[in-house]
Amino acid sequence: MKTSDVPQDLGMIGEYGREVCYAVDSEGKYTLSQSLGWEPKNIVNSQAWDTISEEIEKALELVQQKRVSPIAVYQAKHQMDLSLLAQYVGMAKWRVKRHLKPKIFNKLSDKILLRYCDVFGITLDELRNFLATNKSQQ
Amino acid sequence: MSSEISWQPISLSNKRNIMNTHIPFTHRQSAHCESGVTSNLLRHHNIQCSEALAFGIGEGLFFAYLPFIKLNKLPLTTYRCAVGNIIDKVNKRLGVDLERKKFRSPEKAMQALDEKLLEGIPVGCQTGAYWLPYFPPAFRFHFNMHNLVVIGKEGDEYLISDPVLEDTVRCKSADLARARFAKGALAPNGAMYSISSAPVNPDIKQAVKQSIVAVSKAMIKTPVFFLGTRGINFLANRVAKWPKNLGDKKASLYLGQLIRMQEEIGTGGGGFRFMYAAYLQEAAELLGIEELHSASNDMTLIGDTWRSFAVSGARICKGRPKKDDTYLHLSKILQQCAGDEKKLYQRILQIMQ
Repeated sequence: MKTSDVPQDLGMIGEYGREVCYAVDSEGKYTLSQSLGWEPKNIVNSQAWDTISEEIEKALELVQQKRVSPIAVYQAKHQMDLSLLAQYVGMAKWRVKRHLKPKIFNKLSDKILLRYCDVFGITLDELRNFLATNKSQQ
Repeated sequence: MSSEISWQPISLSNKRNIMNTHIPFTHRQSAHCESGVTSNLLRHHNIQCSEALAFGIGEGLFFAYLPFIKLNKLPLTTYRCAVGNIIDKVNKRLGVDLERKKFRSPEKAMQALDEKLLEGIPVGCQTGAYWLPYFPPAFRFHFNMHNLVVIGKEGDEYLISDPVLEDTVRCKSADLARARFAKGALAPNGAMYSISSAPVNPDIKQAVKQSIVAVSKAMIKTPVFFLGTRGINFLANRVAKWPKNLGDKKASLYLGQLIRMQEEIGTGGGGFRFMYAAYLQEAAELLGIEELHSASNDMTLIGDTWRSFAVSGARICKGRPKKDDTYLHLSKILQQCAGDEKKLYQRILQIMQ
């Protein structure tokens, strides 16, 4: 890649600055050139985020249908699969799986829920009353 | 049940060390985090080593397609060696003493970091990029191999030289603790490292010679089908079958992930191939071997071929393929990369004999 070909396609880095890449200058010497971004990268990056949004939507729907507990929405938001979430809350996978059932979720103690809140960076109230708050928004 | 006992809230208790220290440290932006950290740390200890040189001496270049390891449900592809290898190899080759530590408790890990900073020593940390608030949101994925250098602390904020960013940044201690104790694949467990002693005149030439040979051998002589240039061919065969085996949607997700690994995760472009070409150029001058210049040129062309893969593949991901953008065509580009790289490494081995 030549320095003149270093792409400057604005996208995912936004106003966070520029990244550097390696390119050859007019004398054939390698230099570090700053780049604002590259369209193919923007495409695949937004593809990844689209997938995450889809997962969140799916989870939200299931929560509203009371088929899973609100934990699922935050799990999707934080791009966690069951195993990763279990590691973060420090519980066995089968327990987290149980907590994803609305009936069991409703009976959980503050102590257990706080573990989830800590990982997701939310308040107990936000988690417990997720359904009520998200219905009122509609 | 052991996981129950080890659980600790990620948010730290109030027992924080409030201190003010700012180590004079020259921050240089780099393309890749680990080679950038290595280079910046070495320069701090008066060893002039560019990022490309650190990447090369650290035998950073590699290829592996690991479909049996999934990242966000998608197969893992890597264009570089395992995490932590670059810095370890560079230090071994140059005779630098590196002190490495891992921790079980975030409290202790942060305390150990503070102690080093008070001694005036910059500290490298392995972190999960997902939890770093200063990171551009678009890059916030669970990715536990992000390296940075902590160079000071003011009150409750750490001063950080993150090599992939233009300038130094600040990060609250609770956030840094969270990042250092990210969970999942390759969890850092608070891993931190610092240079305890560095030689005055390291034998860089010898290190360069050894590493160039080692990289070439690893790429063409590893007797496993998913590693090195054979790995690229293996991937090429798989890519051709993706639409049939996975369906269009999933195939495009696999493809997108592949392009992300190649271009996005701080590779300096073309899956580290441009950075390695820069290294070969530096090596040619250091060793006075003219042929390495032409090897560098060839590596640049190979990098361009990898880039063309990304361009064509991204159009498929976007759902706007041009006439030639097919998985079969992509597979052919990969075969070309594999073939060209193989020839180049063979030639390099001959040059270095």
